[in-house]
Amino acid sequence: MAAAPKRPFRWHIVVFLAPAVLVYTAIMILPLAGTLQLSLFRNIEQAQVFVGFENFRRLFGDPNWSVNFWNALRNNVWFFIIHMVVQNPIGVLLAALLSSPRLRFSAFYRTAIFVPTILSFVIVGFAWKLILSPLWGVAPNLMDIVGLKSLFTPWLGKEQYALTTLSLISVWQFVGIPMMLIYAALLSIPEEVIEAAECDGITGMSQFWKIKLPLILPSIGIISILTFVGNFNAFDLIYTAQGALAGPNYSTDILGTFLYRAFFGFQLQVGDPNMGAAIATMMFLIILGGVCVYLFLVQTRLRRYQF
Amino acid sequence: MTTKLLTALLLGTSILGSAGMAYAQDVTLNIESWRGDDLAIWKDKLIPAFEAKNPGIKVVFAPSAPTEYDAALGAKLAAGSAGDLITCRPFDKSLELFKKGNLADISTLPGMENFSDVAKAAWQTDDGKASFCVPMASVIHGFIYNKDAFDKLGIKVPTTNEEFYAALDKIKADGTYIPMAMGTKDLWEAATMGYQNIGPNYWKGEEGRAALIKGEQKLTDKDWVAPYEELAKWKPYLGDGFEAQTYPDSQNLFTLGRAAIYPAGSWEIGLFNTQAQFKMGAFPPPVQKAGDTCYISDHTDIGMGLNAASKNADAAKTFLTWVASPDFATIYANALPGFFSLNNTPVKMEDPLAQEFVSWRDKCKSTIRSTYQILSRGTPNLENETWVESANVINGTVTPEAAAKKLQDGLDSWYKAGK
Repeated sequence: MAAAPKRPFRWHIVVFLAPAVLVYTAIMILPLAGTLQLSLFRNIEQAQVFVGFENFRRLFGDPNWSVNFWNALRNNVWFFIIHMVVQNPIGVLLAALLSSPRLRFSAFYRTAIFVPTILSFVIVGFAWKLILSPLWGVAPNLMDIVGLKSLFTPWLGKEQYALTTLSLISVWQFVGIPMMLIYAALLSIPEEVIEAAECDGITGMSQFWKIKLPLILPSIGIISILTFVGNFNAFDLIYTAQGALAGPNYSTDILGTFLYRAFFGFQLQVGDPNMGAAIATMMFLIILGGVCVYLFLVQTRLRRYQF
Repeated sequence: MTTKLLTALLLGTSILGSAGMAYAQDVTLNIESWRGDDLAIWKDKLIPAFEAKNPGIKVVFAPSAPTEYDAALGAKLAAGSAGDLITCRPFDKSLELFKKGNLADISTLPGMENFSDVAKAAWQTDDGKASFCVPMASVIHGFIYNKDAFDKLGIKVPTTNEEFYAALDKIKADGTYIPMAMGTKDLWEAATMGYQNIGPNYWKGEEGRAALIKGEQKLTDKDWVAPYEELAKWKPYLGDGFEAQTYPDSQNLFTLGRAAIYPAGSWEIGLFNTQAQFKMGAFPPPVQKAGDTCYISDHTDIGMGLNAASKNADAAKTFLTWVASPDFATIYANALPGFFSLNNTPVKMEDPLAQEFVSWRDKCKSTIRSTYQILSRGTPNLENETWVESANVINGTVTPEAAAKKLQDGLDSWYKAGK
């Protein structure tokens, strides 16, 4: 049997892939595996002991943990809903306005709206805390000028408003991202398609709804999934504005702050890395689940248009 | 090759270095601390005072950042590179180090007899048999008030609850000042400056605290709910939008002269002295009826212990004995007004406000914050829950009874008294 002439092993593929694979493994896959592993152990008598799913049983079975977990998850869902309902439509609207050829100074608006996105959370959290401060903030004075002083309340200090307020602050910060992505998608719609629509008598609003919106749907899908991942990983804004206890009365506690308190501890509470890892694992699974739903159910049904 | 050369060189210098030290008969002690703010005081005042009396011992104060201290210290202790002297956090964090064998037992150190049992409690095993840190300082709770405002409105310093609320009513009626500067946004103000400040008068200080740890009293008992009932009455006297008022906001409201009374910890004295443009005074938490014994929260905050692995244990013990002496107490308390020496020998202090605070030790009984010893070891954490519930009570979103019940239920879920 004459062996078929063997193709030489293509080493260059391995070599070219290696840096990315190595770096990604070292800084993403290994820590992730480490976290999953940590969540299956407990520290008993100064030694890490394998306990199976005991940490998860405790997270869902012990009311001291489960109440906080469900509260954080509920808050996180609300946080996400506000983003989807407010941030993305506003982003689409701004992009539609910006892409209008009659708008002057569009470059200026684009930059101004995008700037908060590149600010640090610490600055955003602190600035808004000051703006909304009932003592020295500009919000009470501005509302006084237009005669709406009676509507002002210390939003960040009230259980029923704090989370929504923080969500809106986050929307303010990140509205530039959907705006930019949709703006790019709108610009990439070929002139011929628009002209054809105009020939068929479709102009103005109906042109947006019937022609442009279907064409930018894939971008909106991507934005939704980015928002989902970002929201369920959020932590910084709540931490800088409300502290690790996510007050008042845990009303702004989301998974990120809950994880932080469990993992690193807070004040007299000693950190418990194993429970922290269990929470981190749940966050990972929630995000993974959401992304899978999007990839397999939504994205496959989105129609793509090739020009 | 170069690495080897470098290692050899480094080794050489270290041997030479230590040889030089041995020749001079000098011992160098390193102090681990999170109090970077105190660096100047240590370098310019405390260490020269010690070195003058103890030739042959050099002391280096080497602080790290407060947020990094515990982690950095743990790593250094594990690696064997930690300093000889270790600044101790109160209660469980230091107790853990002692249990791991990182801190030496210094129960018999000369000078420890200068401290009362309450002072030593923060750095003792639960049974009180072994001590592992010398108590350095405590902070006292009370109320700081704007003397000019009180004079203008003709208010006498209140001593009882009745007088306290009468004073608040009068300030509110006048309208020039916000009666009380406190917010609930940061949560801990409500718990620390509120509940732990006025509470000892109700649960009778150490008596109630010990009974709580032994399980003889519960947080739902009358004596423990009563301070929450008082806090619930504070709401109308706080500034507009106090729910979103942070701790720095409260400090500024008071030092700008816009509020008349500030529920305080003595650590504010240093800052307030530099910022406030008016005369200030202080009064202890008001008692329920005239003539009642008063109790104050005199919370042990900072101590110093001996690294069990120290090679200069004898010199380090000499230093600790000095830390336990009235000499050290005098310098420390005057350099940092508001951080009071725990030494039994009275310390002469220059600052009038600090003097006022410390004078309460003579007429009132001292205790520490009720949640710090033993009771905050589990989940849910009693101290953190107390923050949340105290803020809820002042915000009026929870009744005092419901708050107390929640805390007791949380405690019951993991704490079995007497274990």
